[in-house]
Parts: sequence; C-alpha cells; structure tokens
Amino acid sequence: MLKDITLGQYFPGNSPIHRLDPRTKLIMLVVYIVALFMAGSWISYGVMLVFLVAVVKISTIPPKSIIRGMKPLVMILVFTGVLNLFFTQDGRVLVEFGIFTVTTGGLKRAVFMVARILMLIAGTFLLTYTTSPISLTDGLESLMNPLKKIGVPVHELSMMMCIALRFIPILIEETDKIMSAQKARGADFENGSLMERAKALIPVLVPLFISAFRRADELATAMECRCYQGGEGRTKMKLLHYHRNDMTAFCLGAGVIALVGVLSAFGL
Amino acid sequence: MKPILEIKNVTYIYSAGTPFEHKALDDVSFAVSRGEFIGIIGHTGSGKSTLMQQLNGLLKPTSGTVLLDGQDIWADKKLTRQARFRVGLVFQYPEYQLFEETVYKDIAFGPKNMGLDEQEIDRRVREAAGFVGLTDQQLEVSPFDLSGGQKRRVAIAGVIAMEPEVLILDEPTAGLDPVGRAEILGNIEQYRKAKNATVMMVSHSMEDVARLTDRLLVMNGARLAMDAAPAEIFTHAEQLVEMGLNIPQVTQVFLHLRKMGLDVPNVYTIDQAVKALKGFGGGANIC
Repeated sequence: MLKDITLGQYFPGNSPIHRLDPRTKLIMLVVYIVALFMAGSWISYGVMLVFLVAVVKISTIPPKSIIRGMKPLVMILVFTGVLNLFFTQDGRVLVEFGIFTVTTGGLKRAVFMVARILMLIAGTFLLTYTTSPISLTDGLESLMNPLKKIGVPVHELSMMMCIALRFIPILIEETDKIMSAQKARGADFENGSLMERAKALIPVLVPLFISAFRRADELATAMECRCYQGGEGRTKMKLLHYHRNDMTAFCLGAGVIALVGVLSAFGL
Repeated sequence: MKPILEIKNVTYIYSAGTPFEHKALDDVSFAVSRGEFIGIIGHTGSGKSTLMQQLNGLLKPTSGTVLLDGQDIWADKKLTRQARFRVGLVFQYPEYQLFEETVYKDIAFGPKNMGLDEQEIDRRVREAAGFVGLTDQQLEVSPFDLSGGQKRRVAIAGVIAMEPEVLILDEPTAGLDPVGRAEILGNIEQYRKAKNATVMMVSHSMEDVARLTDRLLVMNGARLAMDAAPAEIFTHAEQLVEMGLNIPQVTQVFLHLRKMGLDVPNVYTIDQAVKALKGFGGGANIC
C-alpha cells in the first residue's frame, strides 16, 4: 500500500535528463504545461505525447514506475472523464440512453481532458524522478531569487521545501515500521468496515506524529549546532551552471511550444 | 524433539523489479525447538531484521516456506494471523510504537486483538507487567510520562502479554545503560523459563549472547553463515572478524594468552575465565 506513494521520490541515474540543470528542468516543465493547455487537437496532443515519450525514453526511468504513481489518481481521472463525456453536447450524437447522450464532441473532450491530466502528472513525475530534492530546491531558489527584492524569504521557503521533500520517504519508512510493529501485536488494517479501519489507524498515527515532532526538534537542534542562520551570506558548494545540454533542451522546448502554438493558431 | 518453528530455503527480495531491488535473504534454513535461547548476530544489513519478520508472517518469503508447529503459516489467512500471536516480535526501539493513554491499555492492545475476554486480558496484562517489573501504579500512568528504559519495558510487556511461544527481540537493550540492560535481559530469561518459550534475540553484544544463549545463528550477506553453540562459534574468531563481527573480550584475552604460550582453555564468559584461571598452576604464579 505505502509502496504506491512515489511522490517526491528520486530515482538516481546518469541520463542526459538527470544531468540537466534543475532550473532548465523547472522552466521546461512550465513550458510543457503551457503547451499542454494550448493543445486542442489530435495532432497537437500527438506532438506532446511524442515529446513526453521521448523524454521518458532518454531519462531511462522505467515507464512502469510512472504509471504506478498514477494509481491514486484513478478516481479523479474517471470522474473527469465521465463528467466531460456527458456534459459536453456538440457534434454528432453517438449513443443515447435515457437522459444521457454521448456526442462526438463530448467523447473528444473527455479523451482530451483525461490525456491532459495524465500527461501533466507524467511530466511532473519526470521532474521529481530525475532531480534530487536538493538540486530541485537549489533550482527553485535560484529562479525565485529576483523575488527577494520585494521581501519574499526565498531561501527560507526553499529550505522548508527541501526539508519537507526529504522527510516524505523518511516518514513513509517510519509509518511502515510502526505498522509492522502494530501488526505484530495483531492490529488489522485490511479488514473491517470503513469506521473500523479508520480506528485501526490510531495506533499508527499517534506514534507517527510523536516521532515527526521529535525528528523536527532534533533537526532544528542539529541545524543550530552547525550555526545555520538562514540565507544571509550563505555560499553554495554546488554552483549552478548552464551547459550545452541545457541550451539544446531550451531550443527543443521552444520548438515544441512554437509547433503547438502554430498548430492551435491554425485551429488544428 | 519436534521443532516449533522451522524455515526452509527462504529467500526474500525487496522491491523486486525496480532499480532498488535488493536480496535480503538468500536460501536460509533452520529449525528451533521449544525452550531454546537463540542469539542472532550479524553485521548491519546482513538480513537479521528481514529474517525476523519472516518468522511471524509480517513479510511473505519470495520463495521457501515458514512452518509453525509443522504448518505453513502462509497456507491460509487464519494461520498467518495465528502466527502473529504465537510468534511475538519486539522491534528495535519498541518504545516508539506506544500510543495508548495508559500503560495498562497499551499492554492490553495485543491481547485485545486476540479476542480474549476482559478477565483473561486483565490477568495477562498484570502478569506481563510483573515479568518486566512494572508496578501497579505505573500501569495507570501515561506511557509518555515514563523514562526511556521504562517505556522499553512497557513495549516488551505489550508483546509478552500475548504469551507467544516464540519471542523474538531485535536488539532489546540498544541505547540503555548497563543496569537497564541487565534488567531487561533478566526479564526475558525469566519469561523463557516460566513459559518454556523459545527466545530469539538479535544482539550486537557478543558478551550478552555468549552468556545467555545456547545457540547462535550468524548472518552474513543475506545468508546463514554459521549455526552452532557459542563455544563452537567463538573458536572461529578470524572468520567472525572478516564478517565485521567480533568475539567476546575475555575470549580475545585468552586467545592472546595462548599465543604467548600459556596452556589455557577457550573461554567465552567471565565465569568460565575465572574458573580457568583459578585452576591454572595453583593460582599463585598468575598475580
């Protein structure tokens, strides 16, 4: 059950995608999302899909793990699909039963919406799978740097995000351990009514919260022991540099968004 | 004697099919009998913790079988659940799993899950508390108000209250002071004697396992490297060191004495050492 949670997980690797500057990847993700929302035809969706598949291929991330990460979203996808299918009424009528009618327009819209969500998530996963949390927050901090001028605590925000991301796997592991320990005392998480199952979580949640607070406290002490005092005057061990690969990625991204833009301008 | 718990050719692979795939157990087989006190030693990451979780049905072996009283614990769901109660497992730092408002309620969690009646639960809670030396007043306080060593005892009592025939403990004395360590080890030994239960204990203290156990399982690189009495195991000092383990300090001293040309026997506990030295040349020319 807990193994399905892949959010924020990093798959170490050495593909060209892994080696890209985190800022490039962040900007490319924004570009990708914009392009995805501009797309409105089979052809432009096709272009986006080819782009996505190509990037997954280069990243050497097993497609299985991306698909597995989508499991928790099945309900949302089904909901979106069904709503769009029945509430869009244009084009030719395909099927009619009772008050429900399925039209060609509705079908097209449903497919597009589901595809859009799926590709959106796949793109985001690709970013977190190929970028370690530390370089990701480094990239974010660097990109948000201009905001410092208007008083946004950029460093503090990125540090908080870094810690939050770092804690996800730790807390998952901790939950797993506590669940095993309670299972060893006969706790049953799989059977029973919804109410019973919710109740069965108390023996897990109480120790989990206590341990999360304890860890937070220990981390704060450890940071203070090493004289952490925020971003003021702090230097970096790994400075971010754009390389040739990043230029290639930018050109490619610009190409894709231009192509999708032109396609949608011509109503294709 | 018929073994109470037996595992045959158990292999376990974590995250099979992902980049994180990792073989934690490789073709491990052994059997334990009622009343035995068994020590499990091994370097960090040698598969000890995974092994323990196979024995009470928390992890299902990738291949191989686990037999409890001759029955495969994975044959049906009921048997798996039974195995959880009959084979009690105390994890490392078990005090982090306490959650109830009072010590009494926390110890009663296991027996309650077994579906016992109120009276039997009460008897077991009080008996388990007695084994680990908790007083009646302590049963009514919140477990979070106790000291670290006392919390550990509450957690161990929570497992003992299920009266498991096999009690497995993962480093029950980690992070405790010498007095706390001796007390907890004494409690465990007491439970074993009172219930004729089998105890399996993972430990990094060679002194503890040498003193308490009648048999040692040595894990190395996901495999069971040795399975013998401590006296036998500690004669293989070099192999143990190669595995990142060690022998008791007193054994080291005696090995060194032998190298210096003194005719002393192999010993592995302080008591044996005292006896050996007393019998050595009348005792006069040692000191």
